[in-house]
Amino acid sequence: MPLITNTVQIQLKKTFLSDEKNIPLSEKSSFQLSCPMPKFDFDVITMGHGSGGLLTHRLLQSGVFDVLKNELLDQQHDGASFELNGRTAFSADSYVISPIFFPGGNIGELAVNGTVNDLSMCGAAPKYLSLSFIIEEGFTMEAFWQVLTGVKAAVQKSGVMIVTGDTKVVEKGKGDQIFINTSGVGIIHPKAQIHHNRISAGDQIILSGNLAQHGIAIMSKRQGLEFETDIVSDTNNLNHTIQLLIDALGEKVKFLRDPTRGGLASVLNELAEMRKLGFVIDQQLIPMDEQVEGACEMLGLDPLYVANEGLFVAIVAKEVAAKAIEILQKDENGINARIIGEVTETHPGKVMMKSRIGGHRVVGYLTGEQLPRIC
Amino acid sequence: MKFLSEYRDPELVREYVEELHRITTKPWTLMEICGGQTHSLVKNGILDMLPDKITMVHGPGCPVCVTSVSVIDEAVYLAEQPNVILCSFGDMLRVPGSKKSLLEAKAEGADIRILYSPLEAVELAKQNPGKEVVFFAVGFETTAPANALSVVQAAHQKVNNYSILASHVLVPPAMEAILSDEQNKIDAFLAAGHVCTIMGMEEYYPVAEKYQIPIVVTGFEPVDLLQGIVMAVRQLEKGEYKVENQYARSVQREGNRMAQETIQKVFEVSDRVWRGIGSIPQSGYEVNDAYRNYNARLKFTIDIPFAEENKDCISGDIMKGLKKPKQCPNFGTRCKPEHPLGAPMVSSEGACAAYYQYSSNTIEENIPF
Repeated sequence: MPLITNTVQIQLKKTFLSDEKNIPLSEKSSFQLSCPMPKFDFDVITMGHGSGGLLTHRLLQSGVFDVLKNELLDQQHDGASFELNGRTAFSADSYVISPIFFPGGNIGELAVNGTVNDLSMCGAAPKYLSLSFIIEEGFTMEAFWQVLTGVKAAVQKSGVMIVTGDTKVVEKGKGDQIFINTSGVGIIHPKAQIHHNRISAGDQIILSGNLAQHGIAIMSKRQGLEFETDIVSDTNNLNHTIQLLIDALGEKVKFLRDPTRGGLASVLNELAEMRKLGFVIDQQLIPMDEQVEGACEMLGLDPLYVANEGLFVAIVAKEVAAKAIEILQKDENGINARIIGEVTETHPGKVMMKSRIGGHRVVGYLTGEQLPRIC
Repeated sequence: MKFLSEYRDPELVREYVEELHRITTKPWTLMEICGGQTHSLVKNGILDMLPDKITMVHGPGCPVCVTSVSVIDEAVYLAEQPNVILCSFGDMLRVPGSKKSLLEAKAEGADIRILYSPLEAVELAKQNPGKEVVFFAVGFETTAPANALSVVQAAHQKVNNYSILASHVLVPPAMEAILSDEQNKIDAFLAAGHVCTIMGMEEYYPVAEKYQIPIVVTGFEPVDLLQGIVMAVRQLEKGEYKVENQYARSVQREGNRMAQETIQKVFEVSDRVWRGIGSIPQSGYEVNDAYRNYNARLKFTIDIPFAEENKDCISGDIMKGLKKPKQCPNFGTRCKPEHPLGAPMVSSEGACAAYYQYSSNTIEENIPF
């Protein structure tokens, strides 16, 4: 089998390295992550690669360990040993997306960003992640390599380390190409006090960017639904952005949540129900890309329920809302950030939306999956 | 989306609302035919903007809602046959049959695929020559041309493992059924813009004349709906009963001839049972004799008993405009989108689901903006 050089172009709006967080937006850069794929014994993943034997060893040595190299992973032990100083957040998530390659990313990036973002929403700086694969027999080495490259890109950008993991292979038909589970720990920012109990009437609801990008990018590539658009997933790490926000505003940032599955509507409904307060948003103020809005119209989907992967909702005290927007709009993840509504004493337990034309409606929970309409 | 934003212009909406308040002197009850219109009225909060004298009742124009339990059972039966791939539009999947929905059948292992176009189903049949692909062809006159075209294409390409389970329904017979009901209290109709884009307006003149009722062919955006309501109320206030076209950017009097010819090629008009309303003569399409090889009902022996509707669901009264969703004792209690008793709570275009999803009893409180 010939040696395949697999070059992945990763477009970054801005490079985030720990010591250069404030690069002006004009300096949008791109770097090339060129990882030559090592020679493996097989073109595809076989049951043997999950056996724990020689094939597993080779796959890990020339693949995973080499690509994700760091001092903790290099211990190659049953688990990673490290010290953490401070209050710690811990989170886990599984990724079963289809298709695994989509405009703007792949399942590998998603799996890292997802856990990085969940930790960030706790007010934590993510540190160490685990990475576990469940691979369907027959999955190509080349595709696996691309997924690993995606993992590496996301790890580098967010500044976390993969320190432990697992690889299992299931029989053909018992999985869907590749499933990934990540979990992670992070140190909570000393100034962070993120809890839904702290939300009170008058607080402002901020959305960090355009709604529904990820879900629609995925839909645009689903089998049988392929349509031509430039829509790309918003998958991105939010950790640096959140740290900036908490550095500046501390406990005035009362709550953070990334509206992934279930979308914005589900996040707000959960909060309304838990806090017995009203959450009132204005449709006119919700930032949305025109193409995404058009696609939602065409597919009969309500963008309020569509998944996002690089977006967050922040509930902040009214007096710092303008400052929060100012900070966010200078950041790669917050260019389109807007105040979209506020928390109220009225409508306790409900999410209300003022429609574009001035009417009002309740925004409820999503029931089951959003199913496309007939006409 | 420039072709949409002008039909959602708050200023135009305000002008039409003011005009409506100015011209309305008597109480009028209007029915919008289409579920898409119901959805838009409720979702945009338009119902709260109308004068108190205007009552909107919500018609039978949600294909998901009017598909009978027995037809859902037929689809489930076919999906559960070995070697069958059943293809459907997405929102049919949750509708409860007498025993289960297609979604439940899928969870139990039936091969059910959600498609956006029946032409994809023909492709699927070509890719799976060893399987039988059945498309669940539901909808009003709007979806009939594409469903008919899939049969024409399958025949043309000699794809013999494709068939459709037709459950098409037609608007004008349903309007007549509603108008003939002795309890009927509807003063005017907003006809469905999409249906008329295909079928044109000719069928509506005799209805308007016979029942002396204004019919305004109307679109789906807020400005469309308000303009349609204003046109209907103007007629009512003057004592007129004409067929008018608000949705002229899409609807021509003769409709889309090519689409009509495709329908006529494949389908014949047949009696059809409407969920909640019952059998309406000559109110549906069935695959005609020339294309009988593509009729799933003839290709397979569907051996299931006739299923009764759930008696606790008042969908018939709702779709005839006799009751509002919130007048149902089970609304929001025993009947919710996650546990629907009947179809209007299932589809997002069903009147009950629209009310459940978007309206609240607390709207009168002040909204800060």
